[in-house]
Amino acid sequence: MNTYILLQHYWWFLVALLGALLVFLLFVQGGQSLLFTIGKNPLQQKMLLNATGRKWEFTFTTLVTFGGAFFASFPLFYSTSFGGAYWVWALILLCFVLQAVSYEYQAKKGNLLGKKTYQIFLLLNGILGPVLLGTAVGTFFNGAEFVVNKQQLVEVLNPVISSWATPWHGLEAALVGWNVCLGLAVLFLSRVLASLYFVNNIDDAEIQGRSRKQLRWDTVLFLVFFLTFLVHLLLQDGFAVHPETKEVFLQPYKYFSNFIEMPAVLAVLLVGVVGVLFGIGKTIFCEKWNKGIWFAGAGTVLTVLALLLCAGWNNTAYYPSLHDLQSSLTIENSCSSFFTLKTMSYVSILIPFVLAYIVYAWRALDLHKINKESMKDDKHLY
Amino acid sequence: MMEAINTSLIDWSRAQFALTAIYHWLFVPLTLGLGIVQAIMETVYYKTGDDFWKKTAQFWMKIFGINFAIGVATGLILEFEFGTNWSNYSWFVGDIFGAPLAIEGIVAFFMEATFIAVMFFGWNKVSKGFHLASTWLTILGATISAFWILVANAWMQYPAGMQFNPDTVRNEMASFWEVALSPVALNKFFHTVLSGWIIGAMFVVGVASWFLLKKRETKFALASVKIGAIFGVVACVLSIWTGDGSAHQVAQRQPMKLAAMEGLYEGREGVGLVAIGLLNPAKTQHDDNEDPFLFKIEFPKLLSFFAERNLNAYVPGITDIIKGGYRQKDGTVALSAEEKISRGKLAIQALADYRVAKNDSLKQQARATLDEHFQYFGYGYIKKTSDLIPSVGLTFYTFHLMVILGGFLLLLFAVATYLSCKNKFENKRWLQWTCLLSIFLAIIAGQAGWVVAEVGRQPWAIQDILPVSAAISNLSASSVQITFFVFLALFTVLLIAELKIMTNAIKKGPQIN
Repeated sequence: MNTYILLQHYWWFLVALLGALLVFLLFVQGGQSLLFTIGKNPLQQKMLLNATGRKWEFTFTTLVTFGGAFFASFPLFYSTSFGGAYWVWALILLCFVLQAVSYEYQAKKGNLLGKKTYQIFLLLNGILGPVLLGTAVGTFFNGAEFVVNKQQLVEVLNPVISSWATPWHGLEAALVGWNVCLGLAVLFLSRVLASLYFVNNIDDAEIQGRSRKQLRWDTVLFLVFFLTFLVHLLLQDGFAVHPETKEVFLQPYKYFSNFIEMPAVLAVLLVGVVGVLFGIGKTIFCEKWNKGIWFAGAGTVLTVLALLLCAGWNNTAYYPSLHDLQSSLTIENSCSSFFTLKTMSYVSILIPFVLAYIVYAWRALDLHKINKESMKDDKHLY
Repeated sequence: MMEAINTSLIDWSRAQFALTAIYHWLFVPLTLGLGIVQAIMETVYYKTGDDFWKKTAQFWMKIFGINFAIGVATGLILEFEFGTNWSNYSWFVGDIFGAPLAIEGIVAFFMEATFIAVMFFGWNKVSKGFHLASTWLTILGATISAFWILVANAWMQYPAGMQFNPDTVRNEMASFWEVALSPVALNKFFHTVLSGWIIGAMFVVGVASWFLLKKRETKFALASVKIGAIFGVVACVLSIWTGDGSAHQVAQRQPMKLAAMEGLYEGREGVGLVAIGLLNPAKTQHDDNEDPFLFKIEFPKLLSFFAERNLNAYVPGITDIIKGGYRQKDGTVALSAEEKISRGKLAIQALADYRVAKNDSLKQQARATLDEHFQYFGYGYIKKTSDLIPSVGLTFYTFHLMVILGGFLLLLFAVATYLSCKNKFENKRWLQWTCLLSIFLAIIAGQAGWVVAEVGRQPWAIQDILPVSAAISNLSASSVQITFFVFLALFTVLLIAELKIMTNAIKKGPQIN
């Protein structure tokens, strides 16, 4: 493997890692979707909002960094997907804008729309955010309707190289059942993680009890959608790339083959799934145990990482075109230049340092659990 | 063959990006400026242990928090609009432009997101030292974030450190340091951040003045005025210095923008700087022989000095740049716009030839032609020479508005500093009213600066390399219209909500007395 190819794989790994961290951090959205289910009175809702509200910026920042890293390392994806699947991304952006202001505004006097409206915004973001992101990621495996023609740049009247082949500009992805299946799996996973987070972060017997109960229902629904998606993924035809000719073609059991041909990735997937199930299972069966979020969270990161690596590594087209197979994006044909990937790799050395201070600050704040008393004392509350 | 891109799509895409940027820039400067002020106040608290400074810092932090959230929200939209609305741009220069955005995320955003949580929720949970460090790290993160996005913006105005690759049909980074540390990037960073400091300082002085007018929280208000005014003077003085650097760089690299800023159509030696002037609305073409001004007052020879550091230097006007033929600083004769367009078309044709060349010899031949004319590549997409002239009215008036307001704010900060140091500010109600109302003037000055920078560089998305018409996404104009109005409604509602919440928080006050 030459250095350029290695860098392409390295940057796909980093983008996949950011995507995996983002899915873990969607527990904030999951928590918002449970605002009125677990929080039965204003004080409980306040505790829930303050628990997730102290972490929403991490989710938001990870989303922005995910976008930035994708732009820097695979700009053709950025230009093709964002410019083409316009409506899907516009909806996702709108949904996250609502979240950003709602935490800060909902409890403040003079907020114009009233507390309930902002809480409904949070609920909407909590449901639509994971579903839309999951559905969008589903197109990594099931394809999207676009054409890329670099020759177009010399057409002076219309030099745009990427075009969308349907007037729906991305909304058609919601008509593909398997995309929606992944979207729903992500939604229920985010709710599972949120329940585990509440159990860990909020020192209140009623909320803990309701979170543990809610965990069971969401786990069942998560497993139904996730396992359905996973089994289908392993059995479906995948978008393979011929290593020499670079021709994209449909290969039976491509994703299953990827896991077999990349045993380390398979191991990551299995460890991840076990981590998620262990975190959930022990929380359900041990009434006093509250560390489930860390096992399920780490498991989520590993599982999503493995799935995204399976989408892009091992001569696989990670963003297949259903309209023109040869327009499909691979980590090789959509990546930045050798120089940029190399330069950015030096920057990526900072990532462990960044993760270290996040963990340090997170721990410092979480040493004090959220309870009824803290909702009276704290200077800055949502 | 695809349908031609229509101008309505370009206009709406520009309008949407401008809308988002304008709203974003209502909130970001306050974050940058207010962040420093509150950090200074908390530092005083850390040093003295005086609870007064803790409560003072906490009050400004509350205002900071209300403002911060909506700044983050509009920033998210801006980043993704490069992909959604400028997809061709994203490919054509994504290899260079994406890197600063990614670094911004990794280095700056996480720093901001992590330590802002400690700053807001860490009182009584972490040590005083850790809390103070978190406050400074939050504002450092915001400032680093500004640095990287301004590196990206500066690169669009002065593309450096890159080379075109005809095989991948895009520009690729050749020198990271030329991109990150280009003189335009450094100057733009300092000038823009300083403008944020000015707005933050004016906000603090203005709000504190309101408390004095209401005869409430006097000790808090006077302390805030003193810190804010001194900070404002420093920011204004430094901003004049970086503004001068900015004008000089524009003269070197974007002469058309400079000519539009000054309404200069016919170049000459020893050009004066327009202090105030009224443009002649009858002048609609650069070569229609109408006088560009109904009236103007000039500082003699000053534009030549700012542009070339020489009172008698030649500065080209809009007509000169379109017609060419004048001698440039490097001794060469400037090409006409027609000639640049024709060379741009040659470059585009050479790229087409390169892509279909059947053998190495033909490829080399096409490559040589492409390399020879690549500096005019973007001109090949320009339909007529008049498209190369930005809106002179908008650029001229916003530039002069920015400069006049900048001068006024310096004067105001200087008077406020003097009187507050002499303990005479408390009784000057006219000055307190002026400071309160000047919050809006500072915001207008900041917005005007961005209009000069962005409108003045039209039609270019990347100077000389890619016009906005070729940077676009292939969408229907109606799609962009819909999102434009959705964003307009949403941002406006959120802005009104923000102002109401902020007003309420200010009315409540720090409750120190």
